[in-house]
Amino acid sequence: MLSRDADSLYWLSRYVERAENTARVLDVAYRMASMPIAYNEAHTNEWESALVTAGAIDQFRTVYDEVTPERVIEFLAFSDANPSSIQRCFDTARQNARSVRGSLTSEMWEAINSAWLDLRRFKAEKVQVENLPTFLNLVKETSLRYDGSAMRTMLRNDAYWFSRLGVYIERADNTARVLDVKYHVLLPQDAEVGGGIDYYQWAAILRSVSALVSYQWVYHQNLRPWLVADLLILREEMPRSLAACYAALSRHLDDIGHRYGTSGPSQRLARASHARLANQTIEDIFQHGLHEFLQEFIAENNKLGLAITNQYLG
Amino acid sequence: MATRAIFDEMNGLNGEGRAAYKVLREWLGTVPPDLLERRSEEAELLFRKVGITFAVYGNAEAEERLIPFDIIPRILSAREWARLSRGLEQRVSALNQFLKDIYGPREILRAGIVPPELVYQNPYYRPQMNGLNLRGGVYVQVAGVDIVRVDDEDFYVLEDNLRTPSGVSYMLENREVMLRLFPELMSMQRILPIENYANDLLATLKSVAGRSDSRTPTVVLLTPGSFNSAYYEHSFLADRMGVELVEGRDLFVRDEVVYMRTTEGPKRVDVIYSRIDDEYLDPLVFRPDSALGVPGLIAAYRAGNIAIANAPGTGVADDKALYSYVPDIVRFYTGEEPILKNVPTWRCREPEALAYVLDNLHELVVKEVNGSGGYGMLVGPHATKDAREQFRARVLARPDNYIAQPTLALSTSPIFTQNGLAPRHVDLRPFVLTGSDKVRLVPGGLTRVALTEGSLVVNSSQGGGTKDTWVLSE
Repeated sequence: MLSRDADSLYWLSRYVERAENTARVLDVAYRMASMPIAYNEAHTNEWESALVTAGAIDQFRTVYDEVTPERVIEFLAFSDANPSSIQRCFDTARQNARSVRGSLTSEMWEAINSAWLDLRRFKAEKVQVENLPTFLNLVKETSLRYDGSAMRTMLRNDAYWFSRLGVYIERADNTARVLDVKYHVLLPQDAEVGGGIDYYQWAAILRSVSALVSYQWVYHQNLRPWLVADLLILREEMPRSLAACYAALSRHLDDIGHRYGTSGPSQRLARASHARLANQTIEDIFQHGLHEFLQEFIAENNKLGLAITNQYLG
Repeated sequence: MATRAIFDEMNGLNGEGRAAYKVLREWLGTVPPDLLERRSEEAELLFRKVGITFAVYGNAEAEERLIPFDIIPRILSAREWARLSRGLEQRVSALNQFLKDIYGPREILRAGIVPPELVYQNPYYRPQMNGLNLRGGVYVQVAGVDIVRVDDEDFYVLEDNLRTPSGVSYMLENREVMLRLFPELMSMQRILPIENYANDLLATLKSVAGRSDSRTPTVVLLTPGSFNSAYYEHSFLADRMGVELVEGRDLFVRDEVVYMRTTEGPKRVDVIYSRIDDEYLDPLVFRPDSALGVPGLIAAYRAGNIAIANAPGTGVADDKALYSYVPDIVRFYTGEEPILKNVPTWRCREPEALAYVLDNLHELVVKEVNGSGGYGMLVGPHATKDAREQFRARVLARPDNYIAQPTLALSTSPIFTQNGLAPRHVDLRPFVLTGSDKVRLVPGGLTRVALTEGSLVVNSSQGGGTKDTWVLSE
């Protein structure tokens, strides 16, 4: 297929995934902020932490000096000054969708197009803290609809695989960031079971990747920080974990390699990262340093993104 | 304009009722009164739904326009179509021979049939095309010829579109919508199918591939990009043909061979169905500021390594000043009388004609020779005195830039309105595909209709709509 079409599909999926991730981050901030003050004051402002998780704090500072809920919502959801705001994500996603209209199924196109139209309505109505959940639901439902349409309606060929690569690169990046922003509350030395405030922090992390219930099913015990990290980093059955993302990345890159009869740097990088995740224990990771591990992972993940671009999309 | 009875496609000149419409007329007499209204609304909905995929494209409001669709079909009998298609084939074949000639031996100029300055001073004349030997001698692979009629007898050609004619996607979509809305009506008679257009187009394009080795030629459709007003059609056709929809930046030229950038590396391209103006094709040869084109494309073309459809430089033959010479061109190359008539045309470049035009502005349609889409024209009988005077000054300043034609009493066809059926003026754009092997025509074409009562302007950019066009089999 045309490199430009593959590139558009890849970025289309990345931007839809990114919009969903930002929506989850906002959702967590909203929940934390609505908790009694005692649960909240020990930690920094949840709205600020949302900006950090979304990787948007520096850009935010260029526009605003003070963090307020309204500003964070505006900045993460609609701002034109933030290239990763949900609105901008859907603008870019739709633009990419338009240029590969022929490679999309009509279900995928309609998911993107109707979300884009709805979002304009929300923007005009000015979303506030009160109606934030309705808005965030729309974003999450769009991503589900897009993803579901892709899985249910696309031919299983390179177009499909490139669109999946976008999803998993973006998702792995997001999960690693969510963990990294909160890594200090996951460190084993703080590991007193059930401490009220920390419990909510851990729960918030799980919730931001919709894994709170999954945690119970996997471990059958109360929240423990190292298990939260284990779930989100190493457990392949957890769909947003780093290991699951890399299982999918290396599988789809192999699909492409087999179809084209040749593989290259991106296949090697994906396989190596996948093997590392499969062979590590959470104890190894804590010993090495969770923060360092996550930083390295984010850098490696970016490297894979670049390798895919150079090998196929350029 | 004297008030004359106007020929109606369904009812004829005096309401006698024409044979091709017999089934439709009877059916219209039996359907419950509100059915047409319901179906018309459904059609609107269907187009909106499809329309979400094209009309709501982009951000600009102008792109959100739907071209109005009328549910009453326009019908041609087998006999009419046989004559019309013979005429089209003859005309397009002659125009292809004309292009081959003027970019080759120029016999027609030497014979004094066409004034040389109409060729050499034409803004669409491309000297880069001189001396090329195109496969099958085909310059115009896709032609859209605008046809009108004033009576039962004759078809007139209003203009030839030989560069990048558009509208065929509406022709195809209109039929699909009609098949969904009126299956019972359509099964009551034999309507020739048109769904094979994309197949025919692909076969035509493959037939002109530059190299003749055994490999299946790779065809691509070249679009200016998603901001172009016809982008929907480009992606629609690429999709139906199963070929890549490329932009200039997806292609590159190495050693006079054209490649596209794919995920599997460079892939050789053999045929480009170009939907961009030829002056943007190659910044090294034509407009240097073009970001739409492919540097080196014309060199590859001249080396015979790529076919481009339509060939660059075909615009020289669809110019409105040259138009009046087309009957002579047909006679010169085919030795036959033209089957399709030309609308009588005064060439303002000729002093006598100019004087006549200036004296009769109130009765004539005056057009710029290079205008299109209904822009830059004066419809004398409908224009204000001021508008006519302004146009007079423009014609006087550059007479060679204008031609004039009588206002024809274009035929009408009924459309569905809130107050029942009402006649509106129509034209027809059939699409003629010319390959190196043969000519392919799908029966019918795109019928365009002026939705405003009395209006003669059918262009979609000027508020025109479209209808499905049926050709009945014998």
